[in-house]
Amino acid sequence: MATEHADNVQHAEHALTPSGYIEHHLSFNAYPVNESAGFWTLHVDTFVMSVALGLIVMGLVWLVARTATAGVPSKGQAFVELVFGFIDDQVKNIFHGNRHSFIAPAALTVFLWVFAMNAMDFLPVDWVAGVVSFFGGEHAKWRAVPTSDINTTFALALSVWILMIFFAVKVKGLGGWIHELFCAPFGTKIWVWPANFLFNMIEYVSKPLSHSLRLFGNMYAGEVIFLLLGLWAATGLTGTIAGAILGAGWSIFHILIVALQAFIFMMLTVVYLAMAHESH
Amino acid sequence: MNINFTLIAQAIAFAVLIWFTVKFVWPPLLKAIETRQKEIADGLAAAADGRNSLEAAAKKSEVTLTEAKQKASEIIAQAEKRGTQIIEEAKGNAKVEGDRIIAGAKAEIEQEVNRAKEGLRAQVSTLAIAGAEKILRKEIDAKAHSELLAKLAAEL
Repeated sequence: MATEHADNVQHAEHALTPSGYIEHHLSFNAYPVNESAGFWTLHVDTFVMSVALGLIVMGLVWLVARTATAGVPSKGQAFVELVFGFIDDQVKNIFHGNRHSFIAPAALTVFLWVFAMNAMDFLPVDWVAGVVSFFGGEHAKWRAVPTSDINTTFALALSVWILMIFFAVKVKGLGGWIHELFCAPFGTKIWVWPANFLFNMIEYVSKPLSHSLRLFGNMYAGEVIFLLLGLWAATGLTGTIAGAILGAGWSIFHILIVALQAFIFMMLTVVYLAMAHESH
Repeated sequence: MNINFTLIAQAIAFAVLIWFTVKFVWPPLLKAIETRQKEIADGLAAAADGRNSLEAAAKKSEVTLTEAKQKASEIIAQAEKRGTQIIEEAKGNAKVEGDRIIAGAKAEIEQEVNRAKEGLRAQVSTLAIAGAEKILRKEIDAKAHSELLAKLAAEL
């Protein structure tokens, strides 16, 4: 779990100060892509981890899909088809259009990618830090869980948000969409237009926020708990044993959270995109 | 909680991944699964067809069997009837033949009787002549009266 190397990775400056340890583990490997820095900063760790995971996961699925046969499937194909069927069933229950052209494959991408990124939480935090400090020196920072970076979850949620508006305009036309902004859900009477518009604005703002913050909060909290257990493990033999046991327990419980949050994120994506297709 | 360029980078990565899945991952899997579903559905339909035709064949064979049984019993009944008829005919023929034979026999017997009568008659006349001869021998010359005697014999 997160305990064994707690001592090893402490830098002299941070040695055994809890705030230093946590700060080290919650700092991004930030790289300014522009002199002005500020917004123009890239979290290299988040980006590299997520892209690598995306390529690995979707690449593996692609390798299976390439040679997919309608006959007797191989074990790998059977597993991929199991995931495929699971996602397809969920989408089918929510969205009643041509799901195969976009929404279902998008849901598959979201589920597998988010699941893989969440699953990085199982890597012991100090082992990751150990590997990184071996290559990058003691000051090197590396956060392994891309979904505990608000940028990732917000990027996904905003992409879904943009798709949502895109589909709404595509299905209802620009006029229809604007009409709906003012005339739903309370009715078409002119004096309820402000209420309708306000209601829709709140909905459009709250959707990406709740979508992204739910995933971010869960993964961030999970990581912080691993760090606290790691801290405890650094306080002596009792702490090491207790921290290891609790860390194991939290990891096992975290399997549920990782899968559940990936599933929820995928379901919300599908629900939002399906809602965009529906006329009121 | 600092929003920065990572957001844009991640959004681009997301878009690329979705594009990749939509284009290369989903369609072959969908095709494979749908083809297999169709094959299974076809197989089940064929099995149902087979079951139906089996039922129809069983029904048909039952009907044929019933018909055959009926025909067989008809044939047997007809044969029995014909048999009785033949026996009746034979009986009739036998009776006719018997009657004919009896009639023939009767005629023959009559003929025989007549012949016997004829013989007897001839013998009786000879005897009568012999008797008369014996009686007349003493009185008549045979030669003188032979003509008369022959006439008498003829009349007998």
